[in-house]
Amino acid sequence: MANNIIVVIIVTSLATYLSRFLGVVSAEKIKETSKMFRWFNCLAYSTLAALIARMIIFPSGSLNEVDYLIRFIVVFLAIVIFYLTKKNLVYPTLLSGIILSLFNIYL
Amino acid sequence: MINTKYFYKGFKSIKGVGSPAIALAASFVAIGALLKSLGFTVEESIFSTLLTYALPGSLVMAESMLIGASLINIFLAVWLVNARLYPMTVALMPLLLHENQPRWKYYLSCHFIAVSSWLIMKNNYEVIEKKNRIDFWIGIGTATWTVAILATVVGYIASDFLNKDVLIGLAIINPIYFTCMMLSAMKTIQITLSVTLGAIIGPMFYFLSPEWCILFGGFFAGTIAFLIGEKNGK
Repeated sequence: MANNIIVVIIVTSLATYLSRFLGVVSAEKIKETSKMFRWFNCLAYSTLAALIARMIIFPSGSLNEVDYLIRFIVVFLAIVIFYLTKKNLVYPTLLSGIILSLFNIYL
Repeated sequence: MINTKYFYKGFKSIKGVGSPAIALAASFVAIGALLKSLGFTVEESIFSTLLTYALPGSLVMAESMLIGASLINIFLAVWLVNARLYPMTVALMPLLLHENQPRWKYYLSCHFIAVSSWLIMKNNYEVIEKKNRIDFWIGIGTATWTVAILATVVGYIASDFLNKDVLIGLAIINPIYFTCMMLSAMKTIQITLSVTLGAIIGPMFYFLSPEWCILFGGFFAGTIAFLIGEKNGK
């Protein structure tokens, strides 16, 4: 390991805090009723949607080893469970993990 | 200093049907196991989640360390992958800012901005009066942050028991939670379009640049959604 772990952690946390800090600085000048706010609101939601889609479609790490079709079936089932349980978030999250593990073992 | 009534109200967001605890714990358990495999001590793993508290950033840190990247490269890679926190902060803080509240609360509590806490706040802020929203937010942030830190420790300790199949199951839980939260948030034309277009355009940009696809895709999708929404009365 080339770098000291504590220094790496501090560098990582500073790089992360920077965006949060600059966000607060910018937010001080933006009214929640302004067009600018609505634009940033759209950017935030679309960036998150892009991130989530990437996590499912082009995952890094262990999900990569699961077939596309299985991943999509699990996402679809989770969404169905979410609506069937009147938007309960605990069931779809918990069941998706179990279903995927089982699919991966037995398919 | 902090209104405890609203703090606890926010803190309690980790309980109940909308709880982010399982999803958060699943991903930070995996991070704990990953950090152990990289040679972190348990204290260093706790320190990492405590100070960074943003999953993609921790993953990039781990990947960069594996390839022996320099500190400046680690800084740039983490900054890039966590740059989404900037629009997220700008889209949240104006809802919490109140003239009677001290500024330090905002600069400290922005550390709690991560996908799950942000989505919970965005889905619930309207029921809290503006003056008390920052304390409610600090409650949500403290709760989700605590879950993340505890899960990191559990993952670190349990790493020997986490085989490939369990890790795969853990890896899907977080994106599923986020997907369901995003579906609940789709209440206006702008947000519905932002989410739908972001999920389509973001992965398309992956073929041009895997590093920049989220920011580029998000920027284009969000801007198109904003313009269409403005024309159609939001």
